[in-house]
Amino acid sequence: MFEAILLTVITASTPLVLAALGELVTERSGVLNLGVEGMMIMGAVCAFVAAQLTGSPYAGILAGILGGGIFSLLFGFLTLTLVANQVATGLALTILGLGLSGQIGEAFVGQPGIKLQPIVFPLLSDIPFFGRVLFSQDLIFYLSVALVIGIHWFLFKSRTGLKLRAIGDSHSSAHALGINVIRTRYLAVMFGGACAGLAGAQLSLVYTPQWVENMSAGRGWIALALVVFASWRPWRILAGGYLFGAVGIGQLHAQILAQNLGIVIPSQFLSALPYAATIVVLIIISHNRRTTLINTPASLGKPFVPDR
Amino acid sequence: MKKLIIALAASAALMGGFSTGAQAQEKKKVCFIYVGSKTDGGWTQAHDLGRQQLDKALGTKVETPFLENVPEGPDAERAIERMARSGCALVFTTSFGFMDATVKVAAKFPDVKFEHATGFKAAPNLATYNSRFYEGRYIQGQIAAKMSKKGVAGYIASFPIPEVVMGINAFELGAKSINPNFKLKVVWANTWFDPGKEADAAKALIDQGVDILTQHTDTTAPMQVASERGILAFGQASDMIAAGPKTQLTAIVDTWGAYYIKRTQALLDGTWKSEQIWDGLKDGILTMAPYTNMPDDVKAMAEETEAKIKSGELHPFTGPINKQDGSAWLKAGEKAQDGVLLGMNFYIEGVDDKLPQ
Repeated sequence: MFEAILLTVITASTPLVLAALGELVTERSGVLNLGVEGMMIMGAVCAFVAAQLTGSPYAGILAGILGGGIFSLLFGFLTLTLVANQVATGLALTILGLGLSGQIGEAFVGQPGIKLQPIVFPLLSDIPFFGRVLFSQDLIFYLSVALVIGIHWFLFKSRTGLKLRAIGDSHSSAHALGINVIRTRYLAVMFGGACAGLAGAQLSLVYTPQWVENMSAGRGWIALALVVFASWRPWRILAGGYLFGAVGIGQLHAQILAQNLGIVIPSQFLSALPYAATIVVLIIISHNRRTTLINTPASLGKPFVPDR
Repeated sequence: MKKLIIALAASAALMGGFSTGAQAQEKKKVCFIYVGSKTDGGWTQAHDLGRQQLDKALGTKVETPFLENVPEGPDAERAIERMARSGCALVFTTSFGFMDATVKVAAKFPDVKFEHATGFKAAPNLATYNSRFYEGRYIQGQIAAKMSKKGVAGYIASFPIPEVVMGINAFELGAKSINPNFKLKVVWANTWFDPGKEADAAKALIDQGVDILTQHTDTTAPMQVASERGILAFGQASDMIAAGPKTQLTAIVDTWGAYYIKRTQALLDGTWKSEQIWDGLKDGILTMAPYTNMPDDVKAMAEETEAKIKSGELHPFTGPINKQDGSAWLKAGEKAQDGVLLGMNFYIEGVDDKLPQ
């Protein structure tokens, strides 16, 4: 049963990790995009529609990534080229995404979806205890783990990553050094959109292979919170996402166990646990203001107009 | 916030619709307020199907504008008031959470008629209507007891309100009428609509050993999980057979159309009056989806129970029934009062969960 629970936790945590990773890169470049929920739901609907039309969940994954990425371009154009307020534009993106996805998916409501099948690594999946859990998963899970490693390397080991962080900390200085701020930010925004779209694809192809309006049900907002929770570090996103997923699944099992044992635990309390746990961890990791300040992109959310 | 803006946009669109529709003066407006989207695959979709049937039946005499995605809370009042102001003769507000908003607006517009679904506050121009969903749940309980090998069913519940508690009790009563030792595990998802969370709850219940699932949440996600794991399940609000062709035993299907036609006809005839209506299987306000994936004898039993409930021979809440703690609630042969059922805040014997207070 423990293995079954772990599998459920992975499914519940993967979309959070993916969307948060994308937003982390966007925010590291100094752009605050509150439209994660909207990009995620666009990814979900594009993935589902493409999978239904082509019969291939892999076409769905691609469509989800493209859907989220292209949709985020709208945000990029408004905030980077037209220098609109990032907070307001991000909120508008979420509202637009929820509405637009409903329109796109209207004809697909109630259709049974195509589930993305796991890819089993023959020998590794035979390792006792965690073999099956880690090595017989679907492509999106493997991608999420690869992205954590890749993004960590990119941000902290590569030259381009250093430039991106420099832009996030002081776009004026980066600009003075000859780094193309706007272009880098466009790419970072699109990367964030693509990751949110992939997270959406996970929802409509793996988590619950179906399409219903609003099916992201607030997961984009949780991903946004995860970025702050993780203090803009990829490995902490992985840990935070899985903590959140594990507490969420754990409380469901706790409800049933409490019934078996005849104990009274209010379900509302258990439902609030993931959020309470998040707050506690947030307090613990943010008690050191210095490290928090070091990790926070200093020009996050600030508009940039290059001087001519 | 997002819902507010969607609602405002939708109402703006509707206002536009009204101004063009004003030429057809003879047509009365029968208006609908939905909490979700009309294609949610569950609760709101069932109401919208009812509206479409009304449109088909009386479309020459009435128009049926609607507002979807109206959030419960202060925005609801604004949305309902906008409907009333725009010349609606009758307004159906189709969610429990619209109750106080509907009461307030009804007081402001004494000439407009209102009907609020599943609530309990009435006024001279405000009727309430509800469906005896528990009748269907009793039948489901009986089927579950016949079909479960382990004698344990899982119940995915939304919020501990009387409607849901009543459903859990009815299910357990039905099951116990077949197997006195039948057990029910309840998981509170604390949401009406979140496919992921509903699926997680379903997986948790299955991992903990139940082999039949039933749900009081809105999406087909639990049905899909049951189908994947190869166990049986019941649908909710709409026929969910598409999500589990080999899984669904039956579903409680909300069929509001007949009711909407009846009340609109009363409005046209001038015989509409405020009532507190609670219809059941016999009135056609809910129907059972075809009994599938079960042997013929179980199907025959389910059909017989359904017929008995329709004829009034069987009332699911008939004594002797004890409360969860073993204290007596109904004496042998005694039937539960509607008022008690509508305010139900206790479990009966056999439910394992402790009710969140």
